[in-house]
Amino acid sequence: MEMEFFIDPSRCIGCQACVHACTECDSHRGQSMVHLDFIDRSASPQTAPVVCMHCEDPACARVCPADAIKVTAEGVVQSALTERCIGCSNCVLACPFGVPKYMIAADQMMKCDLCYDRTSVGKKPMCASVCPSEALFYGAREEVLKRRQEKPVSDFVFGRQVVKTKVSLMVSPEARHLELDVASFIRSPQLGLLPSGEKEGMRGLGAQE
Amino acid sequence: MKPQAKWREDFPIHWEEDEYVTRREFTRFLGLTSLALFLGTVWIALWERLRRSAPGPARRIARLEELAVGEVKSFRYPTADDPCLLIRISPERFAAYSQLCTHLACPVVYEKEKKRLRCPCHEGYFAAEDGRVLAGPPKRPLPRIDLSIEGSDIWIQGAL
Repeated sequence: MEMEFFIDPSRCIGCQACVHACTECDSHRGQSMVHLDFIDRSASPQTAPVVCMHCEDPACARVCPADAIKVTAEGVVQSALTERCIGCSNCVLACPFGVPKYMIAADQMMKCDLCYDRTSVGKKPMCASVCPSEALFYGAREEVLKRRQEKPVSDFVFGRQVVKTKVSLMVSPEARHLELDVASFIRSPQLGLLPSGEKEGMRGLGAQE
Repeated sequence: MKPQAKWREDFPIHWEEDEYVTRREFTRFLGLTSLALFLGTVWIALWERLRRSAPGPARRIARLEELAVGEVKSFRYPTADDPCLLIRISPERFAAYSQLCTHLACPVVYEKEKKRLRCPCHEGYFAAEDGRVLAGPPKRPLPRIDLSIEGSDIWIQGAL
């Protein structure tokens, strides 16, 4: 049975268990590869865990000038090869999900590699093994479909570009398409992220017309 | 997957297409290659030493009256692949050497006026009395074959 990774940010309770479990790993002890983001810290305690989505055609690897980011046969996007990474931060800027982070002390990019040492031998990633609310869930797709109301989505639309990922995001079952249009979501008025004056400019930018 | 630009094929993002050599693999390659070369050298040296130390059979190679002073007779000893030279340097003195130059194994020839052996390949010279190097690229003297004269016969006494 093929195991997959599912993220449901709405289940996240902000307990930081995933962050601390990730920190335990010997290959990057003391540094968490899971980013626990606050959605809107002033208004809500809601948090969302960010792990690498493991894109089919990863932008981070595509832009790497040092050829340091590799994709395994299973589709797992590895962290930068330490001998090759030159710390240029191209991948940090290129990733649509904000996953790679530049670590100043090591002069290296480091990112989530789906605990490749564990998942390649059939174990769960550290974060998913400790998450108490299953906001980070690693298991069979059938099990998720059976136990959750939400449905998994792994196609993300950024303007005209569709990014397909190995990791799935759980979204509302009412979503009409299996696509999450991130660009239009950012522009949507109900989100209230953009002041009214900037909306038009942003729309032109996002549509690339 | 879409057709890729040439430079993208040269820098594949997929692990199995990449010719990635870890430092450990490279170090192992260097170490094992050096070890193989070292062991090969040791093996050749031991083999050569064993071959040299095994005394060949005593054999009569010539009669005294066959050679005038300054004449040379070639023979093969201890096997048919080892050409050697028997030289009559003076009426009383005979000497026998391997004919293969110790530089790159070209056959040496005797120059009777100067009483030396000359290798024509790289102008190496060996003394006819004891086979020592006189000039040229060889570092080691010509291997000498011990002779004994019994009556009117010249015998090889074994070891090269």
